[in-house]
Amino acid sequence: MNVDDFPWMEEHHRMIREAVRGFAAGEVAPRAVALDASCEFPLDLFGKMAELGFLGIPIPEELGGAGMDTLAYVIAVEELARVDGSLALGLAAHTSLGTYPIYAFGTEEQRRRWVPRLASGKGIAAFALTEPDAGSDAQGTRTTAVQDGDGWLVNGTKFYCTNGTHASTIVFTAVTGTAPGGKKEISAFVVEKGTPGLKYGAKEVKLGMRSSDTRVLHFEDMRLPAGNLLGGPESRGAGFKKFMLTLDGGRISVGAISVGLAQGALDRAVPYSRQREAFGQAIGDLGGISARLADMAVDVHAARLMVYDAALRKDRGLPFAKQASMAKLFASEAGMRATDSAIQVLGGYGFTREYEVERMYRDAKLCEIGEGTSEIQRLVIARSLSKEFGS
Amino acid sequence: MKIAVCIKRVPDTTAKVRIAADGKTVDPAGVEWVIGPYEEIALEAALKLKEAGKAEKVTVLCLGPKEATKELRTALAMGADDAVLLVDGGGERDAAAVAGALAAEAKGLGADLLLFGWKAIDTDQASVPHLAAAILERPCVSFVTKLEAGDGRLLCHREVEGGTEALEVPLPCVLTAQKGLAEPRYASLKGIMAAKKKPLVEKPAPAAAAAVRTERLSLPPERPPGRILGQGVDAVPELVRLLRDEAKLL
Repeated sequence: MNVDDFPWMEEHHRMIREAVRGFAAGEVAPRAVALDASCEFPLDLFGKMAELGFLGIPIPEELGGAGMDTLAYVIAVEELARVDGSLALGLAAHTSLGTYPIYAFGTEEQRRRWVPRLASGKGIAAFALTEPDAGSDAQGTRTTAVQDGDGWLVNGTKFYCTNGTHASTIVFTAVTGTAPGGKKEISAFVVEKGTPGLKYGAKEVKLGMRSSDTRVLHFEDMRLPAGNLLGGPESRGAGFKKFMLTLDGGRISVGAISVGLAQGALDRAVPYSRQREAFGQAIGDLGGISARLADMAVDVHAARLMVYDAALRKDRGLPFAKQASMAKLFASEAGMRATDSAIQVLGGYGFTREYEVERMYRDAKLCEIGEGTSEIQRLVIARSLSKEFGS
Repeated sequence: MKIAVCIKRVPDTTAKVRIAADGKTVDPAGVEWVIGPYEEIALEAALKLKEAGKAEKVTVLCLGPKEATKELRTALAMGADDAVLLVDGGGERDAAAVAGALAAEAKGLGADLLLFGWKAIDTDQASVPHLAAAILERPCVSFVTKLEAGDGRLLCHREVEGGTEALEVPLPCVLTAQKGLAEPRYASLKGIMAAKKKPLVEKPAPAAAAAVRTERLSLPPERPPGRILGQGVDAVPELVRLLRDEAKLL
């Protein structure tokens, strides 16, 4: 099914959609059902995406990326999610959570050291913020980094690290002391795969996004050189703020995954509703089904507009945190509604694995949780409103 | 060697085709357009020759509506050096007229090798390449499945009934690509960004002309519904009889 392009889109936006769609149809779609069943991380697909330049879309060419904008990246994530949510999540975690903070907040030396490898796809990136008792609330962070000679000694546990064992670099936060006023001072670090003391838990078995590799990380007396403090010494204590800025961008990606899943659900529901007959007519012409399809299409369109708007704001250097939260909140809930409707339209078929909409429904649920739950998004939006109205 | 690859903008293979109100053309509403799959194979073969150092330039050439710049940009993103679009001003144009326009342009470009897909998947005529070869008075090999460049000559393989035929053809010449010649690549993102800066020339196509005219298009007849003959082993004799006598499959 054709996705409506917007008249204001640039030619490269249409071209990246076509390029990713061709790749997704040829290489990803035939394997999505099996990858969900086996929970296998498709390392070979990451290799192919790297060759095509998908792993560094919004990173400048001189740092090994494709030098495109956030909107182009969002379109790529959306088109992948249309056929496989897990792969889209892997790409999103790699790009906007794992690579972007090094690019945006790293020192020049750190950028040169890590970004070209990641943007060209020679390595996969990951990000670790969540802990057993901390997520969007930074003050719950228990992981500590203590100055140790020239470097740092890190101890702690991180939960739900996407791309886990496959990541060549992981960006994470740790408490580095007490800030003035008594709050925890939180800083961001980069750890490379193979660092002694970095240990992985078992692969999580999940409701959805099953072929994405999600791990617990244990830092056990892990020593990091001084150069791994993200942003250098002057950035000490700015870790959580950086992570929040990273998450603002990450929320746009989760919105894009949701749009892709919702579009994928619509792609399957509409043709089925035209083929399947009941009472002598296509079920798509029956009131109940046609209303569901219309609502799905409206959800997809509205979610897409909100996600693209947030991306364009980011590209133009405008504030976008509130819009990213709103887009993520709306798109993820729209994704749940649309995938639920697709199962309903397909009836018994929709409940079975081969028809794929049940997978999309399971995948869509993650989008209401990852990178800030819907509850956190509402909090962010409401706080922003209260600032705007000056109270 | 300079190569010109002729591509055609055709409805995507999965598009559900509807006939327009005039009864003679395809209704463009809701149709996604792509480079014809055999032309994509031809382009890939040309790019491979260039990458192997056997060709210095690959130009893509298209006769089509203004919107076909999209397909030409995709070809540039895949790796072609430049593109020419002969903008179709409307009116019916038969295969000879298309071949005439493309041949004249290819000659103007100084192309030594003119590559086509063996057929365009929309009109299914498979006649433009041969007409173009005739107009240019150049040798032509069709259904090429393997291609090697020698000194001023090309070695081509083509599938024939029960085997493979190996042919040698001097340059300049015309070839048509069959499945198996090459596996088209996906456009890389670097390719997409590079394509923005590559030259794409648009010029009006010669006036349309048609000795052969389309009378009407009609969709294939609907398939009759399936029949249930019975269940289990008892139904087998009747099934075999129908497969033999009616469907003539046995």
